Amino acid sequence: MNKILWIILIVLGLVAPFIVYPVFMMKLLCFALFASAFNLLLGYTGLLSFGHAAFFGGASYITGQLVKISGLTPELGILGGTLFAALLGYIVGSLAIRRQGIYFAMVTLALAQIVYFIALKAPFTGGEDGLQGIPRGKLLGMIDLGHVYTVGGSPVALNLYYFVFALFCFGFWIIYRTINSPFGQVLKAIRENEPRAVSLGYKVERFKLMAFVISAALSGMAGSMKSLVFQLASLTDVSWHTSGEVVLMTLLGGVGTVLGPLAGAFTVVTLQSELSSVGSWITVIIGVTFVICVLLFRRGLVGELGRVLKRSL
Amino acid sequence: MKKMFSNVVLSVAVLAMTSSLAGAAAKGVSDGVVKIGVLTDMSGVYSTLGGKGTQVGVEMAVKDFGGKVLGKPIQVIGADHQNKADIASAKAREWIDNEKVDMITGLLNSGCALAVQKLAGDKKRITMNTGAASTDLTNKACTPYSIHYVYDTYALGKVTAEAVVPSGGKSWYFLTADYAFGHSLEANTTKFVTKLGGTVLGSVRHPLSTSDFSSYLLQAQSSGAQIIGLANAGGDTINAIKQAREFGIDKKGQKLVGLLIFDTDIKSLGLKVAQGMQFTSGFYWDRDKATRDFAKRYYAIHKAMPTMDQAGAYSATMNYLKAIKAAGTDDPDAVMAKLKSIDISDFFAVNGKIRADGRMVHDMYLMEVKKPSESRGEWDLLKIVKTVPAADAFMPLSESTCSLVKK
Amino acid sequence: MELSFQMVMSQVMLGLNNGVFYAILSLGLAVIFGLLNIVNFAHGALYMLGAYVALLGYTSIGPLIGMPDFHLSYWAALFVAPLVVGAVGIVIEKTMLSRLYKFDHLYGLLLTFGLALIIQGVFTNFFNVSGDPYDAKPETLNGAVNLGFMLFPKYRLWVIIISLLVCFGTWYVIERTKLGSYLRAGTENPELVKAFGINVPLMISLTYGYGVALAAFAGVLAAPIYSVSPVMGSEMIITVFAVVVIGGMGSIMGSIVTGLLLGMVEGFTKVVYAPASSTVIFLIMVMVLLVKPAGLFGRES
Repeated sequence: MNKILWIILIVLGLVAPFIVYPVFMMKLLCFALFASAFNLLLGYTGLLSFGHAAFFGGASYITGQLVKISGLTPELGILGGTLFAALLGYIVGSLAIRRQGIYFAMVTLALAQIVYFIALKAPFTGGEDGLQGIPRGKLLGMIDLGHVYTVGGSPVALNLYYFVFALFCFGFWIIYRTINSPFGQVLKAIRENEPRAVSLGYKVERFKLMAFVISAALSGMAGSMKSLVFQLASLTDVSWHTSGEVVLMTLLGGVGTVLGPLAGAFTVVTLQSELSSVGSWITVIIGVTFVICVLLFRRGLVGELGRVLKRSL
Repeated sequence: MKKMFSNVVLSVAVLAMTSSLAGAAAKGVSDGVVKIGVLTDMSGVYSTLGGKGTQVGVEMAVKDFGGKVLGKPIQVIGADHQNKADIASAKAREWIDNEKVDMITGLLNSGCALAVQKLAGDKKRITMNTGAASTDLTNKACTPYSIHYVYDTYALGKVTAEAVVPSGGKSWYFLTADYAFGHSLEANTTKFVTKLGGTVLGSVRHPLSTSDFSSYLLQAQSSGAQIIGLANAGGDTINAIKQAREFGIDKKGQKLVGLLIFDTDIKSLGLKVAQGMQFTSGFYWDRDKATRDFAKRYYAIHKAMPTMDQAGAYSATMNYLKAIKAAGTDDPDAVMAKLKSIDISDFFAVNGKIRADGRMVHDMYLMEVKKPSESRGEWDLLKIVKTVPAADAFMPLSESTCSLVKK
Repeated sequence: MELSFQMVMSQVMLGLNNGVFYAILSLGLAVIFGLLNIVNFAHGALYMLGAYVALLGYTSIGPLIGMPDFHLSYWAALFVAPLVVGAVGIVIEKTMLSRLYKFDHLYGLLLTFGLALIIQGVFTNFFNVSGDPYDAKPETLNGAVNLGFMLFPKYRLWVIIISLLVCFGTWYVIERTKLGSYLRAGTENPELVKAFGINVPLMISLTYGYGVALAAFAGVLAAPIYSVSPVMGSEMIITVFAVVVIGGMGSIMGSIVTGLLLGMVEGFTKVVYAPASSTVIFLIMVMVLLVKPAGLFGRES
């Protein structure tokens, strides 16, 4: 059953650029990976970070810088962005895990704000203009990611799409493996009952920090991918609204479910693009979704579905 | 799930349609309609001087042109870029890929303008920028498909500095909006201030859309400069001027000079506060009969007089449509060739010409805010002190670093 | 630029001016957190709402109720806005927050985050993002006072004085009166307080109402200085969160003192190295976290 589901999802992913607007699909993949990485922390470790935009956006600036200014190939740019996010995750994580619960959330939020201000003020980020015109470059120096094929009269960057899709699958696979490893089991134990995990002899802080770094690194990878797709790294990606958005995606899809973040990202990104004409009402709609989720719907879409089907998804 | 399914069906249908049309587009109007996109600040700090009013200008031009070109309908769509380069570029990308927009205008905010112009250039779509000011648009960022229509930071800095420095404003301190536009305006003005024998003592940068200028103003004050140059626009300029009065800065002999001011800013500051201020503009509604006629019609729709951005959007659209008609096609290369060969002469532009770098040069004006006693009506705000000929106002083509300029 | 005494004092005065806003807002957060254990993310939005009550009361309410000449004065707004926003707060608490007490406290944070988005989104739709001026500043507060080192606008001086009064008044009530002792006891042991016959749910509602009324009060004070805009709260709230983390959330006095101090530190930074002024509070937060994770005035739980 599970296998069939995965195959369907992969096939859908492969044919998607021929059916829906590919830029939309790529945006979706970036946010789905971002939300999944975030879920590793919230859903499987029980830590609510309100500053994950720092990794997402920070990495997109680094990738932009590496590809545009240093002229590196895109895969190296993404690697650089991901490593940067991991390092940043290590720093933020080390500070934040000294506090718990609500304090943890606020500390991550405030630390992310420092990253925001750096992005606003530092000379290499382009301030309010953002880092513009990031080239898509040649993968491994050979395959032109910017190449556009004409599919039914519309231009489609197929090379880029499959590159992004492959990266998404890779990132998602890492998350899946982490959750189902012994390491993941310890994380869940910490989530359920931290004092008990401590008494069992686990160095809880080390586990939390590891989870934080993995989550940050993959969030960074998602951000790096986004900067290639939109050829732009901007303040929006490091702002606390983005941090809030990823919380919503995860919450809406289902905290602590494997497929939840995908469903959440799909819903939110679709809402945003379908409703882009209503302007800032979109903020209101997202807010209302938040409130409804928290009040009535704490398991999220996939979580509720799982309850109906009596199985974990 | 149902929704996604309907999306898929819809997309397949659209694909089928577009592919059947694609074959028939060589000459005439591609895809059967000329689409003009107005992408600008519709809700933020610049929305009063551009915003919906820019779209009104474009729609008026389309209506005056007859609503059709080469027998095909003309359609106008608008969107808010919220002064964010990422939103602007995502919207423009979607417009070009999906909506087949042929020309994008408005583009207030230099950061957004640069992002969209680069993207549109890569995808061979025309941008006619009426709102943004940075000279980068016609220098290192120029493209074969970009036109900078109304004004730029070179003209603003030059005309204003030439008015202020010789009359005693020798030492300057800048309050600069911290993004592409502010930087460009500060740099260009600095160039002319020093060239004319003045000095620049320093500058402080503030974020776009700042509400409290007090600490910046105090820094400017303690610099001891005679002139505090405001390298910002719209709501930022208004707030800075108001708060300078609150802290009594103008009473101590320092003078504020706005480098980019629109009629709507003066309107909201009031003549009592603003009287006597001099600044540079590319258009004033009360210049002659033609401008007054246009302004009257515009006012009937928008309930405000047109700013240079809004009037410029009318003129740009009108000339774009004329060029399509003359070229017999909406093919971007043919239309650009036409636009660069014709004279631009209407109520908006006097002695107008689009150069190789995309700069539309035309006469500029040094304006002065009237005293309350001189004003005869709600919108009777300014007088033209000096007309600066096109050739003297804008950066000479020989100085342009645009790669399209043959040297 | 030289470090003149005049310059430093001027910027520190302006910093104090910002500091009183930090103080009132973080005080409100601390009051709410003390009893409800909820970090009120909607605090910034309700601060903004307070400013809009004042603005709309002045410009629009008259025509709306059929009395075109009626304008809600500034002085009246100082009372009306906190009442209106306090009432909104009580409704929020009764209908939504109260359902979440039995779950993880994080849900309270998420709920108020959603509410903040809703309130901010609605106002963004109807009002100019860059702000509308509030022109109802009373004549008596126009003009400037010469402080020797600078001309300081009378209005800003008034804001500093009244804010300090409100902050210390609140501190006095909570720490030194019987009413306050119930509140503090309710924080420690709600069951016990209930046993004394005190209506705890009502007390919780009123506390939340008072906390957000403080935010609204700050909003009205801010209206004539900063223009009234839909994003004024979201710009403020993150800084205030950092203030709260530095001060430690449990302490009433801690939140007031930290707010004032950090405002002045920020002002001082503007003289020394202006670009760092917007980050200095966050950098201080990092240092405090390294040395004293519970915050300057906080207790380790």
